[in-house]
Amino acid sequence: MIHHDLIVVGGGLSGLRAAIEAKMAGIDVAVLSQVHPARSHSAAAQGGINAALGNHPNGADDSWERHAFDTTKGGDFLGDQDAIVQMAKDAIPCIFEMDHWGCPFSRFEDGRIAQRPFGGAGFPRTCYGADKTGHYLLHTLVEQAYRLQVKFYVEQYVTELIVHEGLCQGVVAYDMIRGGFEAFTANAVVVATGGYGRIYSNSTNAIINTGSGMAMAYRAGVPLKDMEFVQFHPTGLRTTNILMSEAARGEGAYLVNGLGERFMERYAPKFMELAPRDITARSIQTEINEGRGINGEPYIYLDIRHLGAEKILERLPGIRDLAIHFEGVDAIEAPIPIVPSQHYSMGGIDTNMNGATIMPGLFAAGECACVSVHGRIGLGGNSLLETIVFGRRAGAEVIRFFADLREKRPNARTAFAAVEKVENTMKTLADRPATVDAYALRTEMTVLMKEHFFLFRDEPTMKAGLDKLADIKDRVSKIGLRWTGSIFNVDMIRTYELEGMIDVALTVAQGALVRQESRGSHYRTDYSTRDDANWLKHTLAFYQAGVSGPRLDFKPVTLGTFELEERKY
Amino acid sequence: MPEAIFRIKRHDPHKKEEAPRWDEFKVQYEGENLTVLEGLFYIQENLDGSLSFRYCCRASICGSCAMYINGAYRLACQTNVRHLTGNIVTVEPMPRLPLVKDLVCEMDDFFAKYEYIKPWLIRNSKDPDREIMQSPADRHKLNMPVDCILCGCCYSSCPSVWGEDNYLGPAALLKAYRFEVDSRDEARRERLPLFANERGVYRCHTIMNCVEACPKELSPTEGIQWLKKAAVRRRLFGRAK
Repeated sequence: MIHHDLIVVGGGLSGLRAAIEAKMAGIDVAVLSQVHPARSHSAAAQGGINAALGNHPNGADDSWERHAFDTTKGGDFLGDQDAIVQMAKDAIPCIFEMDHWGCPFSRFEDGRIAQRPFGGAGFPRTCYGADKTGHYLLHTLVEQAYRLQVKFYVEQYVTELIVHEGLCQGVVAYDMIRGGFEAFTANAVVVATGGYGRIYSNSTNAIINTGSGMAMAYRAGVPLKDMEFVQFHPTGLRTTNILMSEAARGEGAYLVNGLGERFMERYAPKFMELAPRDITARSIQTEINEGRGINGEPYIYLDIRHLGAEKILERLPGIRDLAIHFEGVDAIEAPIPIVPSQHYSMGGIDTNMNGATIMPGLFAAGECACVSVHGRIGLGGNSLLETIVFGRRAGAEVIRFFADLREKRPNARTAFAAVEKVENTMKTLADRPATVDAYALRTEMTVLMKEHFFLFRDEPTMKAGLDKLADIKDRVSKIGLRWTGSIFNVDMIRTYELEGMIDVALTVAQGALVRQESRGSHYRTDYSTRDDANWLKHTLAFYQAGVSGPRLDFKPVTLGTFELEERKY
Repeated sequence: MPEAIFRIKRHDPHKKEEAPRWDEFKVQYEGENLTVLEGLFYIQENLDGSLSFRYCCRASICGSCAMYINGAYRLACQTNVRHLTGNIVTVEPMPRLPLVKDLVCEMDDFFAKYEYIKPWLIRNSKDPDREIMQSPADRHKLNMPVDCILCGCCYSSCPSVWGEDNYLGPAALLKAYRFEVDSRDEARRERLPLFANERGVYRCHTIMNCVEACPKELSPTEGIQWLKKAAVRRRLFGRAK
């Protein structure tokens, strides 16, 4: 048994930022991560991070109020406005702090941080480092964590929360390098494990983004909020769904269909290619569905050739490399074949704006959490901002939580029991003759999510999908391990994580079926308008043991700053 | 359906009685492309569940899946089997690093050396209320070193590392360069003594394996030579840049 006052699960931007905040206040903090923190999926973010710095020549009139308004409207008014205002205000000092810590942002001629236009924003507000902003931000926080000597436990796969009498008191983890399971006790846990993209077969996300942290919290009784809102990015590479940043369109890229038309003219005449992601993604899918893909095939082109080699090499070198390596296309000479792809999880562990959940001692931040600031679509550049702003706020909240904490010793018996429970689960998986192929089942589920819960949703399709998911959940009890070794057992992790993925998928599916309106990313062909009278509320999904799907409940949205208006671009 | 033959080096050093061996697998795939990483997943899912390898982003930015493929350092995710010559894909862990199992190497020393050179921006003056100004020309100097993904290819490929366990190696030194060359960095004596010695930059004999090995096409050698010059300049004139 290992003890630290604070355990952070996940070493991406949110987790590191929370850990750094706590460490700077002198708290004994450790980060547990399935991969070395520098390998976290935050690194794959490309386009940028929003803050109303007003550095751009066209951005002098920008302000945090405008940033908050654009975010609220972009989220189709389902974001909590107090949290949005807080994020827009915090953004500015958070970006300067990242600069002071060495983040290599691109620069304007006058030496200030460069900003570019992004979808749904009234001003060029997105700070960037070429098209590798996530990589730069992540390495900056990894460096700061090393400077502050934050303790890392690397390649520890966390399987379970330790909960004693309603308090979160640590986690159980599989040590991938040395083998075996260990209890890490703590007085508080921050979950920062990122999104669940991999429950879809067509995700831009890293292979480790399976929603494991959400599944852990959910099973421990903490509700997941607004899970039906899934962001589909307009531009993933055709064959691999690897992200082609919105920065491309920010810099002036065209979206072109099989007839050679810039079809966004029909869908968002004012914003064109820089309409918010949900509208752009649906527009692309409509072109494909109506037979106007390239040569009638289900993809269209992202064309940046007219930007010229110099600008491409300066501003978009990363996506050029990716298109060369993964699609065999040099974007300087040819258009890039793209499809809409699952990208971001707007829903997540229900938290307040300080990362606190309903369970004392359990906090969450970043993509695995739902504050909610994105409302129903994440505006590009706001998700990176969310990780840093709310990672920091969660760290600060833990400091306050510790100041009030009376009982400071986690219960050892509960911790040992939690380890034993995980060991028994693994033993069951190991002993069971696998009559169902775990990997075939995974594929079945991920394809199903794409086919039944994608950009255009309707009741019969979703009902059929939900039935299939329930059946998959039944069959998951018949999977087993192929290999039972203790060292770096990839099979064990991927088999174990499947059940959590199915539970998360069920919350997405159930929420989508119940919400009889169209709002942001959740678009229903049978209820095609926003319905504020009935649905201006958050969905909460509670885990129910022994039943396939969640119990749903609702809670009000925090309004009060901005008036509701129709969302038009 | 197209097919690729994978020859994979297997070893579990915890099993003292077992010697390293080569296993051969037939990997079937649809369409035109198969990356080595996709091939490894196919094997792990369908043919041999005991195969161990690192994976994460599958988009050549996280640095997890650095391996030795057909005799060259590559990221498994970035390597299309169609671009390899010959019919057989041979996959080995990065040579000369301690082995955890199969294709997974121990990276503890690698990250210890990274940490040793103080890989963070060192500031002595008070931070401004806004960003620290930096000209595009000064920012341009960072373009190469900030793209390092810490995959370890250069470190594994460097004969000076093979010959001297205490040599910091190309990745850590490239990181030192990344900060020393940054106009915002104010380190004077904090970092220099860590790399301007026989375990640091002077152990580099410009063999340039690192340049050839880097899957991001970076040049650690360039950074190391800059550090050598900076170290000399600082001793002669008291300033690096």
